[in-house]
Order: sequence, then structure tokens, then C-alpha cells
Amino acid sequence: MDFDFSEEQNLLRDSVERFCADGYPSLEARQARTREPMGFSEANWGKLAELGVCGLPFSEEDGGFGGGAVETMIVMEAIGRNLAVEPVFASGVLGATAIRLGADSDQKARWLPGLIEGTTRLTLAHTERQSRYDLHDVATKARREGSHYVLDGQKSVVLNADSAGLIVVSARLSGERRDRHGIGLFVVPADAPGVTIEAYPTQDGGRAAEVAFANVAVGADAVLGDSEDGLPLLVRVAEHGIAALAAEALGSMSALHALTVDYLKQRKQFGVTVGSFQALQHRAVDMLIALEQARSMAIYGAMMVDSADAAERAAALSAVKVQVNKACRFLGQEAVQLHGGIGMTMEYIGAHHFKRLAMIEYQLGDTPYHLRRVADDGGLIAA
Amino acid sequence: MDLRFTAEEIAFRDEVRSFCREKIPAEIRRKVSEGRGLGKDDVVTAQRILNARGWAVPHWPKEWGGQDWTPIQRYIYTEELLQAAVPLPQQFNCYMFGPVLATFGNQAQRERFLARAANLDDWWCQGFSEPGAGSDLASLKTKAVRDGDHYVVDGQKTWTTLGQHADWIFCLVRTDMEAKKQRGISFLVMDMTTPGITVRPIITLEGRHEVNEVFFDSVRVPVENLVGEENKGWDYAKFLLANERTGIARIGLTKERIQRIKRLAREMPSGAGSMWDDGDFRGRVAEVEIELKALEITQMRVAAKQGRADSVQPDPASSLLKIRGSQLQQAATELLVELAGPFSLAAPARGGGGNNPPGGFDWVDAAAPSYFNNRKVSIYGGSNEIQHNVIAKGILGL
Ligand SMILES: Cc1cc2nc3c(=O)[nH]c(=O)nc-3n(C[C@H](O)[C@H](O)[C@H](O)COP(=O)(O)OP(=O)(O)OC[C@H]3O[C@@H](n4cnc5c(N)ncnc54)[C@H](O)[C@@H]3O)c2cc1C
Repeated sequence: MDFDFSEEQNLLRDSVERFCADGYPSLEARQARTREPMGFSEANWGKLAELGVCGLPFSEEDGGFGGGAVETMIVMEAIGRNLAVEPVFASGVLGATAIRLGADSDQKARWLPGLIEGTTRLTLAHTERQSRYDLHDVATKARREGSHYVLDGQKSVVLNADSAGLIVVSARLSGERRDRHGIGLFVVPADAPGVTIEAYPTQDGGRAAEVAFANVAVGADAVLGDSEDGLPLLVRVAEHGIAALAAEALGSMSALHALTVDYLKQRKQFGVTVGSFQALQHRAVDMLIALEQARSMAIYGAMMVDSADAAERAAALSAVKVQVNKACRFLGQEAVQLHGGIGMTMEYIGAHHFKRLAMIEYQLGDTPYHLRRVADDGGLIAA
Repeated sequence: MDLRFTAEEIAFRDEVRSFCREKIPAEIRRKVSEGRGLGKDDVVTAQRILNARGWAVPHWPKEWGGQDWTPIQRYIYTEELLQAAVPLPQQFNCYMFGPVLATFGNQAQRERFLARAANLDDWWCQGFSEPGAGSDLASLKTKAVRDGDHYVVDGQKTWTTLGQHADWIFCLVRTDMEAKKQRGISFLVMDMTTPGITVRPIITLEGRHEVNEVFFDSVRVPVENLVGEENKGWDYAKFLLANERTGIARIGLTKERIQRIKRLAREMPSGAGSMWDDGDFRGRVAEVEIELKALEITQMRVAAKQGRADSVQPDPASSLLKIRGSQLQQAATELLVELAGPFSLAAPARGGGGNNPPGGFDWVDAAAPSYFNNRKVSIYGGSNEIQHNVIAKGILGL
């Protein structure tokens, strides 16, 4: 067993941390980024690309950096700790994983250079009005017309769609709305005729959009893998997404816990620091326990996300999401409470961590959803 | 022992219920129900309708517009307002300033302020907390120094709820710098337009302008604005906290939220059906309902006891209501976010002029802000930690 980072991994961590320290020196700087037209700084995105973050998961022969789940974890933890708003999750994790695992060599040759350089950004459009967290619940239709596919439907809460060049869309070629078979993943240019993007800010300082597809025609070369059996690929993308969210949550929770402990040591009431009250000390300790449990599960997620056993992988990533979600809620609420009024304000960075952590709970499956999946699969311990 | 309301109480309940639903504009009640911010006008409109019926300040002394209601009637009244999503009468006017002035103010002050407060002709705000004085309120530093027939006030208040709307502020100020903590504090009211008062907004985490900092720079306040005796302000503040004991748990508010969640759950697709078909979700809602039923009975036990005793000391049992009541208000907002699920990410200020709400659900963008904002209820009015201390000391003798 080895829980240490390699030398390269330490280097990566240092450079990403340095990027964040430069790009996110203060809450004001972060808030200014969220107000830019795309919701983040294009220049910062360019710097991330230079650091290799955009090409991180791609193999060296594909022109990437040959990073794995641990490298993604390192990057996402820094993103979370600094509340960075560049679309690393939407593009570098969700979009890039779909391409990495689903694209053939021609498609890679077409998309990878732009992706790795950071000139093309991706996102994943999977949520629909009725789907909640079920990846296989797809009402968006695809039909074959000659050598083309034509897409029709609506996707909701598509992250960073307004700054993406390519949208990976799940659409149904055959079967009923909730069938597991008949779903394809299509790579659609965001400016293709018939694509409408209605963008909005998200609660946590990010951006998302409602995306409509009306008679959108794409070539056969837009399909990732099997056009009627794309669900396993989509599931894998979501699993990588969960591993990444766990790492992001971990970074954010560590920062929030540190802020809280600091505040308890500084804030004086009744002539003493509030941290001298045992009632609050115990709360801070329980937060630490939740944080460390979440850290362990984030590591577990990174280790399991490339496992060859699909059932084992699914159970593991659902377990990760349950544990991390619970920690997000507990730590976030406790942090606000222990700060008193100051924790309730936009002017305090801790409140922004609280909001981001609250929203992570509802991305790629909430606690009851994943808890049920773990339970339905017989739990983690063989009877 | 009988847990049922009497026939008269039921008749009273029905009267309040139909009044709320028929007379308070539906648009205002919709905003309350959806957790969208109310404008000053909305609050004023609703309160004037209640006041015209004699129901804005039922707990005040009769000569100042109050009603001779039993504690159970008061309880019914508050709960019916909350359940109908009627904005409660402006709390600083009706539950804080009014009762203090009616009890400790002089006749001239009562005549000058009370009727206007009841009708919300004047909007009052509460200037107690300071940057250095939150839970430890008695350590407040804002001082008022006597200069002829004026006090000169210097200092700062913070977290002043809706101070941006206020015509008047009631403050705790230090008038005796030598006396020990609680002793040198007075209860002083100020016209917000007095030179030297500035208000700076604080935006709360869900993005609304709900609280403020208020600065006092050599503000000259006539001595007739002192309420009660100089240096007795702490007693009046304690009376103020003790005053509104019924309704502190906001059970009706949580009930209304749960009813709404049940309604919305039937329209929120999940799996092959709706969220309401999900037994686990229904179970989580039921858990809150059960806890709420228990609290409702606890609250009525406290109210019935109050019918007998009449103390100006806060009843430690009201701390229990505050703790569990705030937790349940918060639990209901958590269920609402769970219901909104993936769509809860969308923020209210939808860019691009979109008339296309996330997933087609026009309420989901207000779910997370309501959850965020409700974190305050376990912080203000004496944080839940302080309430635990009150119970430990006052009930358990620890
Ligand atoms: C939205 C909002 C609106 C408000 N509106 C008003 C208003 O209109 N007027 C007004 O005067 N005030 C208002 N307040 C202020 C409110 O009353 C204070 O926030 C509250 O008293 C807590 O004080 P604080 O924020 O300074 O926290 P602190 O007192 O600094 O507390 C920090 C933490 O320490 C804990 N703590 C403190 N002392 C102890 C102890 N002895 N034992 C254990 N734990 C302890 C607290 O519970 C909290 O968790 C408002 C606050 C908020 C958030």
C-alpha cells in the first residue's frame, strides 16, 4: 500500500496550486471571474492548458500527459480548495473522458489537438426534465437519415454550455424512454444549426444552460462508439465525474474546515475565544472526522474508477458519492453555524464554499439515489 | 387532558383561516410560499389589511390595539397566518418595539409611536448586535453621551435586518462607561434620517439585501427618545426576548413548506413516476412531519402554561422550541432542494432573458436560496448554541 504521491504528481500539485494562488488571490478576484461573459477568465483557462490540465488524461501517444485518476484528483482538489470556476470539470473531466474512452483514432485526431491546447472546450448534456439522475432515462431522440443523424430534444442544467465548442449529448435511437439499450452519445458542435443555448449562472458561481436540439444534423463520425449501446460509456464518464467531484469537494471542505478552526481561534465573545467552548471544539472535531472519511473515499474513488469490473466500479463510486455528499452537507452547515452571522454573507469566502458543497450533492446523483444503488447491489461487504 | 381545540377555538381558527385566504392578496402569499423576497410594499400591504381587522398586534395591551386573546388563540392566529403564507406582521414593530414601549415607555411616546407602528406607518429596525457583540450582546460598545437635552451617539450596529427600509431604529447603547457590562446600557430610539447615521448593505449568501451595517457618527438624539430609565435597557431587552414566546417555533411555516413539498413532489418526475411515488422520499417527509407534530404539542403545552404564569423572564422551554423549530424549518428547505434535485443548481437571475426555467420547473431556482437563507434561523435571535446553554443552566441546573 502506498498513499504517497510520486515526484511527478507532487510537481503537478505544486504547479496547479501555484496557478490557483495567482489566479485566485482573493474572493474579489474569484467573484470578478464569475462576472466575465463566460463565467471565467479565458486567460486563466489558457494557463491551465499550458500546465497540461486540459490534456491531462490523454495518453502521451495521443499528445496528452498520460495522467490517470490520481492526477485528476490532484487537479480537482486544488480547484475545490480555491473555488476556481474554469470549466475543468465540464470539459477536462466529463467531456475529455467521453472522448478518451469513446473516440476512435480518426475522431481523436480531429478533436484532441484543440482539446489539449485548450482552444476547444467540451461539455456533457445528459440531464433531462424527467431523468433526474438516471443516465439511461433519455427522451432526446436521434434518427438516422442517410449518412446523417438528426437530433431532437431538450437537455437541462448543462454545465458551461455557453463556453463549450462541442457538446457530448445522449440521445435515443431506439427503444422506450427508460430502456438501457438504444442510447447513443453524439458530439455536436455548439454552433450547429438547430442548437439553442439558454445560459444562466448557477448557485455556486458557475454557469449552466438549457440546451435545445431541433432537427440538428450531425455526421456518422459524430457518434462515440456504438450508436445504440452508448450507455456503458456514459456510465463510465459519470463515474469519472463522481471521482472528480469527490476530489473537488475534498479540497473545498479542507479549506472550509481550516477557515472554521481559524475563526474559532480568533473570534472572541464573553472575553474568550469561542474556540475555548468545548461544545464548539467537539463540533470542529466531528467536522474533521467527516473530512477524513471523505478524503479516504475520494482516494478510494480514484483507485476504483478504472477497475475493469463494472459492477464493482459502480458500487464503489456510488459509495464514494454517498460519503462525500454527507460530508458536504454536514461540514458546510456546521461551518456556517460556527461562524455565526459572518458565515451568512456573500463577503465571506466560507459562505461560497458552503454553497459549492451544497450543489455538489446534487450533481451526478444525490445521497438517497446512490445509497439505494449501493443497497440494491448488496452493499460493499459480501454476505 | 384533551388535545383537541374547543368549539370556540375551532370557530376562531376558521375565521382567521378564511380571512387570511380571502383578504391577503394571493400574489403576496405566493411570494412567501415560494421563498422569493418580499418588497417593502408587500409587507406594508399585508400588515395594513390585518391592522384594519384589529389583527396586526393582538398581543399588545388592549388600549393600544391588542386583543384579549388566550395564549391558545394567539397560537392559532400565528399558525394560521404562517400556514396561509401571510407575511407575519413586521416583527420589529409588532413583537419587539411595540411591547417594550407599551410596557416601559411614557405616555407621550406611546401616543407618538404605537399606532403608527401597528399600521406600519413607521418601519422599525433593531440595532442590538455589533461586530464585537453578537452572542455576548452585553459587551456592546456603541455609546451615548449626554450633552444638554441630547445624547450624542457614536458606534456601529450590524446585521440590522431590513434597516434599508427603516424610518426608526431602536438601539441598545452604553450610557454608563464605568458600570459593569449589563448595567450601563440604555434603550434609545433614533430617527434614521438623523445626520450622522449611515447604512451600508450586507448581501446574504443567497444574494439578497436583507441585512445592513449601521454607523453612528456624532448623532444627536433628543433625550425624550430614551425609553424607560437610563441604564435599565438590559431589562427591557430581556423583556423583549421573553415577549414573543408563542409562535417562536414557526410550526405553521414548516407545515406550509411540507404541504408545498407534497404538492410539488407529485409533479416532479422520477423514475417511471413522480417523486411522490418514491417511498423513501415520502418517508423522509414523514419524519419531519412526525417531529413537527411532537413540537406542535410541546408548543401548546408551553402556551397553556403561559396562560397561568406571567413572568418577564424568558421561559427556558422557549429555547427548546427555538432549537427544534429552527431545525425543522431548515429540514423542510433541505427536502425542497432534494426535490429540485439536479435543477437546484440554476440561480434565480437567469441570464439570456430565458423564459425557459430549468427542466421547465418554475420554482426550482428558488429552492437552494431558501435553503441557504434559512441557515440564519439557527444563528439569530440567540444562536442554537446559546439556547442549549440556556436550557443547560435554566432547566438542568448545570
Ligand atoms: C440574517 C441575520 C439577521 C439578523 N438580524 C439582526 C437584527 O435585525 N438586529 C440585530 O441586532 N441582530 C441581528 N442579527 C444578529 C444575530 O443576533 C447574531 O448573529 C447572533 O446573536 C450571533 O452573533 P454573532 O453572529 O456575532 O456570532 P458569535 O456570537 O460570534 O458566535 C459564533 C459562534 O460561537 C457560538 N457561541 C458563542 N458563544 C457561545 C457560548 N457561550 N457557548 C457555545 N457557543 C457559543 C455561536 O453559537 C456561533 O456558533 C442577525 C443575524 C443574521 C444572521
